[in-house]
Amino acid sequence: MPNAEDPERERRAAIGRMAKTVGLDIAAAHCDGVAANFTRIETLASLVMNFPLSDQPEIGVIFVP
Amino acid sequence: MNDIATKKPCSGATELAAAVRDGHISAARITRDTLDAIEKRDPTYNCFTAVTADRALREADSVDRALASGHDPGPLAGVPYAVKNLFDVAGLVTLAGSKINRDHAPAGNDATAIQRLAAAGAVLVGALNMDEYAYGFTTENTHYGPTRNPHDLARVAGGSSGGSAAAVAAGLVPLTLGSDTNGSIRLPAALCGIYGLKPTYGRLSRAGAAAFVDSLDHVGPFATTVADLAVAYDAMQGADLADPACATRPAAFAAGELERGIAGLRIAVAGDYFATGGTDEAHQAVVEVARALGTTQKVTLPEAARARAAAFVITASEGANLHLADLKKRPDDFDPMIRDRLLAGALVPASWYLQAQRFRRWFRDRVREIFREVDIVLAPVTPCAAPLIGQETMIVGGVEIPTRPNLGIFTQPISFIGLPVVAVPIRPPDALPLGVQVIAAPWREIDALRVARFLEQAGIANGRPVA
Repeated sequence: MPNAEDPERERRAAIGRMAKTVGLDIAAAHCDGVAANFTRIETLASLVMNFPLSDQPEIGVIFVP
Repeated sequence: MNDIATKKPCSGATELAAAVRDGHISAARITRDTLDAIEKRDPTYNCFTAVTADRALREADSVDRALASGHDPGPLAGVPYAVKNLFDVAGLVTLAGSKINRDHAPAGNDATAIQRLAAAGAVLVGALNMDEYAYGFTTENTHYGPTRNPHDLARVAGGSSGGSAAAVAAGLVPLTLGSDTNGSIRLPAALCGIYGLKPTYGRLSRAGAAAFVDSLDHVGPFATTVADLAVAYDAMQGADLADPACATRPAAFAAGELERGIAGLRIAVAGDYFATGGTDEAHQAVVEVARALGTTQKVTLPEAARARAAAFVITASEGANLHLADLKKRPDDFDPMIRDRLLAGALVPASWYLQAQRFRRWFRDRVREIFREVDIVLAPVTPCAAPLIGQETMIVGGVEIPTRPNLGIFTQPISFIGLPVVAVPIRPPDALPLGVQVIAAPWREIDALRVARFLEQAGIANGRPVA
């Protein structure tokens, strides 16, 4: 498996691939910062993704408190 | 010269308006004094990014002429105010704290909030510093410099509406406007020791205010007294088709309700998530407020940590999407303080974002159940007092944590579901200011303002400017 022994390198490569899909070219100087921030978002997103919700979708784009 | 003629620009908004309406002082005189104060004192704090002197003098003259001809110029007659520089001001480029926006054309019209304050007689004197695109809690803006906390110039003013809070706390103007997506009114209000109101999501029009996260953006006022906060809030209420999120419900005017006291209000303290994670001083401020309000009841907002996480994800995704074109074309022109966060946010998968929005509905429904049992919930604004400018980490509960991402841990779950909040300033003896969130049910801003007024009268809350 390529990069299997270097998960951090594989992770950065994955971030680079995702960036290209949205047309972003992340400069080498920004890679560490982007990776750190993406990891922070991912950690917090996992809290939300792991929470069981009903199948009822959020309806409408205007949120009513 | 009578007393009112010697009032400094830092006098309260309602006090100044009364003096103008009663003919004790002219709006032009107040405006000139305010412009002088900004010129002399703002370099110490770095609140203003633009001063609209010509416009201010014109508006003041209009107020004075209206009075001279027997017309009522409005409840904010001659009151000088300034706005976070994400509000459109006709003739000024809306910077939103950025370098990139300098290339934009000047705004053709004022934001709705400014139009409404002008209609109430207020006088716009300038635009104020902020975190770039409102993505921050400290107003350490690389392009325009950090705004300094008037209580300690080595410390941040909070953000992202740091210029708005510091300008009021420094006594440069009695009233300012800011915006709050995750805490950007409440947090700088607390760190600068003044009052801030984040109304219910959709209560005040955001038309003409640069968006950050449309799902979560609010606008609101800062002031040194609750009465000033209420008068400004009242002046800005009303439906506005130019903001699709702005509610069509009738205005609920607050200024006349403040002296009703707290009788009949059921008040509780937010426990669990909101009772840990801050310094002893931050939590003690809530204890003192609860004691003054005579409550020992506690409530739990379930899954508050998850709510904060969901707000974080939505913010990252929407905030980045808004700036995707510039992130592709000119990433190096973004403030380094936010660039990497925006780039990372652009990569958030849709499933994370959508699940966060669905969780928002779940959390709203649970908190609505709590508001069947209570009217007001109390919580800290920040986990600590103002950090030093440039401070990367802070110690909370013996643990070293990054400063900037954690300043909003107590505000994010609340704005996530659009609840109205008054940030009430608490000043521990010989210590920096802190804040307590007085949180009400949706559309019940009046309840939160009544509690804030009670705390002000009781001497528990103190929003007096520094100078």
